Amino acid sequence: MSLTSLLLLADGRFPSGGHAHSGGLEAAVTARRVTDIESLRAFLSGRLATTGLVSAAFAAAACHSTVDAGALDAGLDARTPSPALRRASRAQGRALLRAGRQMWPVPALNPSPHQPVALGVVAAAAGLDHTQAALAAAYGTITGPASAAVRLLGLDPYRVHALLAGMATGCETVAAEAAAHAGSPVDDLPAASAPLLDAGAEIHARWEVRLFAS
Amino acid sequence: MRATARIVAVAGGGRTRLATMRSEPPLVLRRTGPETVHLVGGAAGPLGGDRLRVEVEVGPGARLCLRTVAASLALPGASGGASLLEVYATVAGGGRLRWLPEPLIAARGCDHVAHSTVELAAGAALVWREELVCGRHGEQPGDARLDTTVRYAGGTLMRQEVAVGPRAAGWDGPAVLGGGRATGSLLVVDPAWADKPPEPAVLGPAAAFMPLVGPAALATATGADLREVRAALDACLPDDV
Repeated sequence: MSLTSLLLLADGRFPSGGHAHSGGLEAAVTARRVTDIESLRAFLSGRLATTGLVSAAFAAAACHSTVDAGALDAGLDARTPSPALRRASRAQGRALLRAGRQMWPVPALNPSPHQPVALGVVAAAAGLDHTQAALAAAYGTITGPASAAVRLLGLDPYRVHALLAGMATGCETVAAEAAAHAGSPVDDLPAASAPLLDAGAEIHARWEVRLFAS
Repeated sequence: MRATARIVAVAGGGRTRLATMRSEPPLVLRRTGPETVHLVGGAAGPLGGDRLRVEVEVGPGARLCLRTVAASLALPGASGGASLLEVYATVAGGGRLRWLPEPLIAARGCDHVAHSTVELAAGAALVWREELVCGRHGEQPGDARLDTTVRYAGGTLMRQEVAVGPRAAGWDGPAVLGGGRATGSLLVVDPAWADKPPEPAVLGPAAAFMPLVGPAALATATGADLREVRAALDACLPDDV
């Protein structure tokens, strides 16, 4: 277990193309559901409790490796009704896997796994344990949209980072809950849904001009 | 209160016969059409502490439509504790189940879980609607969670958990319901889609029709009230599945 590897993997500068995705924020901003710091807080809180929990649980399970990655991918397909979100997740998984392979001995895998599965497998190759994989996943689900918010709404980056700092305990709680499921059958892993993230992703995918891929 | 209701629908002579129809109050079943059964549950409920279970079995080639006469209202019980509605349904190849209940209204202080599992054999068809209204008029909801698993031909087709209330962080925020008081989904499983999946569609500012991985699609809709949600979901309701 290496804390430096965890920092590398969770860093927004990790070269896996994460900066191209807003985690549903661009759709929420355009729909005027997120307009300021307070509505961003509510957005991130809901995203962490739904997508964040699911991603963290699947990253932990993939890192724990008691279940094969293909079954976890199928489990995420079943939890991701939006085709646009399935494509975005697999594109990010592919990029993460490609980057991770250059850094650590990542085992052979379907080339386009879902992002949380790729994260878990790469975390294991980096010598991290499943609770750390869960934490990196949960953290990523809120930091991505938080930096997108600075670009989309011109929010004060200090205030956005203060918001993230305030969510630290929540992020760790979600990661711990997610990690506790590692080793469970895939159907028993969390499946928390966010109806507006699903609908928003489908609406967003139809725009001709957009800043973010999802 | 503990109760289990059970329905078994079998095909015979070109029609559907209800081989078993067992009611147990407050889960009272009434046949209301050749292929339609209504749950006519008496009192308001479920109440905290209730353990209710509905079992549905649709045989090869049989068709069944299950409805409720009115919305259910999840309320806290006198003794505290959560209420649970478990639905377990199986549909054999060539069978068709339409589950079209009225919504669940999560009243203030409720603690309710609806746990549904549907096992579809290859060639089975399904329409499965779930709607949730967050509180009565002007009321904040208690905790309610709709936890649903649908399997098709041995693989899991859809896993979904919609949670609202004080324990579900951010549920009324812009990622989840965005201040909408009602949300719902309609799952349609049509074996014919195995060869020709449907196209995704946007149904409104907070509603979409989304093809799943497998012969199925999920419509999701969130809105200010149930009418808005129902209108979007009804647009995806097939006539003949």
